Amino acid sequence: MSSSAHVSTSVPDDGTSPYAPTPYVVRSRTLETSDIATLVLAPAGGRPIRPFAPGQFNMLYAWGVGEAAISISGPLGDDGELVHTVQALGPTSRALFSALPGTCVGVRGPYGVGWPLEAAVGKDVVIAAGGLGLPPLRPLLYRMLAEREKYGRIEVVYGARTPKHLVFYDELQVWRARHDLRFQVTVDAAGRDWYGDVGVVTTRLPDTRFEPAQTVAFVCGPEVMMRFTVQALLERGIGPDAVFLSMERNMKCAIGLCGHCQFGPEFVCRDGPVFSYRAIGPYFAVREV
Amino acid sequence: MSGAPTASPAEIAGRLATHGFFRGLSTELIEAIASGARLHTYRAGEFLLREGRVADEMFAVLEGKVALEVFAADRMRITIQTVGPGEVIGWSWLAPPHRWSLDAIAVKPTHAVVLEAAPLRARFAEHPAEGYEFLLRLVPVLASRIQGMEMQLLEANVL
Repeated sequence: MSSSAHVSTSVPDDGTSPYAPTPYVVRSRTLETSDIATLVLAPAGGRPIRPFAPGQFNMLYAWGVGEAAISISGPLGDDGELVHTVQALGPTSRALFSALPGTCVGVRGPYGVGWPLEAAVGKDVVIAAGGLGLPPLRPLLYRMLAEREKYGRIEVVYGARTPKHLVFYDELQVWRARHDLRFQVTVDAAGRDWYGDVGVVTTRLPDTRFEPAQTVAFVCGPEVMMRFTVQALLERGIGPDAVFLSMERNMKCAIGLCGHCQFGPEFVCRDGPVFSYRAIGPYFAVREV
Repeated sequence: MSGAPTASPAEIAGRLATHGFFRGLSTELIEAIASGARLHTYRAGEFLLREGRVADEMFAVLEGKVALEVFAADRMRITIQTVGPGEVIGWSWLAPPHRWSLDAIAVKPTHAVVLEAAPLRARFAEHPAEGYEFLLRLVPVLASRIQGMEMQLLEANVL
């Protein structure tokens, strides 16, 4: 790694520890699936964290267990509330997933570079989400719908493994009923009690309508899903500068110091998690990255 | 309702000419394909094809939605993909042993052009260039389904 003089970090310059979390309390918990929950966190008396941009993430600390990078999945509440959607995968995320209302958790952030909304102004927009890739895209969608007149067509394709893996289920119905965006939902496999579309996200992309040269795409999901989705979008004529991805890596410090999240020459926590495909495309093909 | 609406080859050719899979093929080839085809409407819940049976047709969906299903002995039927307007169903008719490898069932009332396989195979044997052009359209359909399975396998971490 280069010397620290060449590395910009997100370390605060006010003398406080960059690792000190701010206490928040779980105000509500919504079970999305058997292992995914959405938590609404409210400041527990202290100063709330800074406002965030759609696509940024926070480090959530389950006291005595550990810290995990969790993307922000909802709008900033009037009283500083934060919304996070957590999947129980390891000890820390399982502790956060299980946190009931009243539980105190630590928050530090927001971190990283969010979705470049300004790049989409005046253009058609394609949003492709796979699995737990929808939560980081939800604040972006809220922002676009709040300023709907700024954008052209908005096409959303959301895929999950099965119907029972869909998150924000009730809200999906609301989005699908809107007339100012097209929201397609698909699942990889389903039983006969599912009347919707079945097939991976890329099978729904041919059905999206947009003007390729005037379109910006935002993609988040499992890496294999993003790889094939980007390929399909590029084949439709969207330029690599206009395709943005949110990368997931093992983030520890979240401030560009430890290197755990390095992806090629980039630190995902500091330089991402949102990147243009132009910036990181070459590293998708490198197996050792 | 299920049934075969009456349609002339010219009408069927017209429907195929604007169908996503066939659009751009020569008029001569589309007319040849249409001459061995019929329109059919399937009720919701009606099978278009059944696993293991002889694959002697190909389906071009005009309206509706069809589920491609597989059956595992210890599980319910599982839909692995849905197919809608502008898409086609069936490639097993092209190569031996000409047996379907899955079920296809209409999820809602579905209107389709049903192409007889034998005349198609005979036509392509006689006109290999047309067969090649047809294959160039069919292979991406297969590739898309294989890619979908690849994504499902990798996402499920089963490899």
